[in-house]
Amino acid sequence: MLAAILYVGAVSLLVIGLAGMLLSSHLFRMLLGLVIAEAGANLLLVLAGYRWESAAPIWESGAYPQLMVDPVPQAMVLTAIVIGVGIQALAIALLVRIRQQTGSLQRDIVREQLEQDLDLELGVKLPSSMHAPSGEGPLLSGTRGAGNEQ
Amino acid sequence: MDGSLFMILAALLLVVVMLTAALAALLSESHLVAVVSLSILSLGLTLLFVLLRAPDVAMTEGVVGVGLSSLIFALALKRLRLYRSSTPAESCDE
Amino acid sequence: MSRSSRSMEWTPLLFSGGLAFFLFALFAVIPFGDTAMKVGTMIHQQGGELGAANLVTAVVLGYRGLDTLGELAILFAAATSAGLVLSNTRQRTRSIKNKGLGELFESAISLLMPLLLLVGVYIVLHGHLTPGGGFQGGVVIAVALFLPTLARGEMVINHHLIQWIEGGAGALFILIGVAALIQGAAFLQPLMAAGEVGRFLSAGTLPVLYLLVGLKVGAELAALLGHLVEDDEPGVQQ
Repeated sequence: MLAAILYVGAVSLLVIGLAGMLLSSHLFRMLLGLVIAEAGANLLLVLAGYRWESAAPIWESGAYPQLMVDPVPQAMVLTAIVIGVGIQALAIALLVRIRQQTGSLQRDIVREQLEQDLDLELGVKLPSSMHAPSGEGPLLSGTRGAGNEQ
Repeated sequence: MDGSLFMILAALLLVVVMLTAALAALLSESHLVAVVSLSILSLGLTLLFVLLRAPDVAMTEGVVGVGLSSLIFALALKRLRLYRSSTPAESCDE
Repeated sequence: MSRSSRSMEWTPLLFSGGLAFFLFALFAVIPFGDTAMKVGTMIHQQGGELGAANLVTAVVLGYRGLDTLGELAILFAAATSAGLVLSNTRQRTRSIKNKGLGELFESAISLLMPLLLLVGVYIVLHGHLTPGGGFQGGVVIAVALFLPTLARGEMVINHHLIQWIEGGAGALFILIGVAALIQGAAFLQPLMAAGEVGRFLSAGTLPVLYLLVGLKVGAELAALLGHLVEDDEPGVQQ
């Protein structure tokens, strides 16, 4: 019973975060989806080291507890949480730059702008441009590799 | 104590709170509400880690997830000018 | 490039649903609460050799010390690049324009800040005895250092000093690891006697390493928060 509840919670968090990342139309919400998925993954890892009727892995009254939860996944999750906050800050910094460059955080608008910038860079004539292309910027060189996939 | 009614009920309550907060973070109109929901999710996760005998992880999640992450997101909201504009209304930038 | 976003929305949903099904099927066969991992059992049996009362600390700094070094490197890279991206803006006016929170908050924070610093240092120094350690205490210290910025609306964080603290802590961490190499042990293997488990002065170099981790994490995150609060744009409509 307990196992079912916890596993459903962890996997649901992971999948909700992933779906939010894929479906949301706003870049900030995509970042929130990433954080939610991270929480689900961390919970899943801690669940992997759980043991019935056990104690925390800490010296207590002269000895380590007879039965204790596995300390290795806990150590991994501990570092993963701290890395997560670093990644989050980096993503926010990138969002700030994207907003400076394109003036918006809507995914479709940002993507359209990037495509136009790429086309301009490669010398492709635009069929019909809805927006005036923004000028040269450091973003151009940074996204050249990422935009080539289509 | 494991598998007792208390533990099952506590886990169920926390999981429900966490899933609700996750959905609210992704679906709510206001970005501020979304960030606060994320903080609530972290709080639920912290309590769940305490239940699962992981005090170190609970401490990290409590300090980082509830405190620092919310602080970073709040500063980001200010810097990205997302305090008032909800998701549909921001398209007026176009 | 297809513009029909309506039909495209099915693919992510299908993917997420499939992943959920796969994960549920996976975890349905793994027994819960009966971990089969041998590493945990081994560490349980001979964890006392490091002298750390908190076995998670023993794993983080003793058995997986190299991973922790890599983790510090990742955090350093993320924080540094975030600071680079944030500070390298077109307008060079880097000032904070918020007016602060007022008298009440200011006095409350000046009372709170030393207490928070004390709690942070306590958590860092007792990392090998109780839950907590360098990462948690470092975050508390970073937030404590950031509070006056929030209250008064001006930077009190000295970026140069923080850079020196951060670099010095990282270098010392590696130096301790190299010292173990010189003594013929493995890289980052804890030196000195383990001592009596549960005492403050025990576990060899583990508390020193955790103190360095705390300094580094605290300095990095404080610098990051400082970069994030610097508001450089009056309004970025171009």
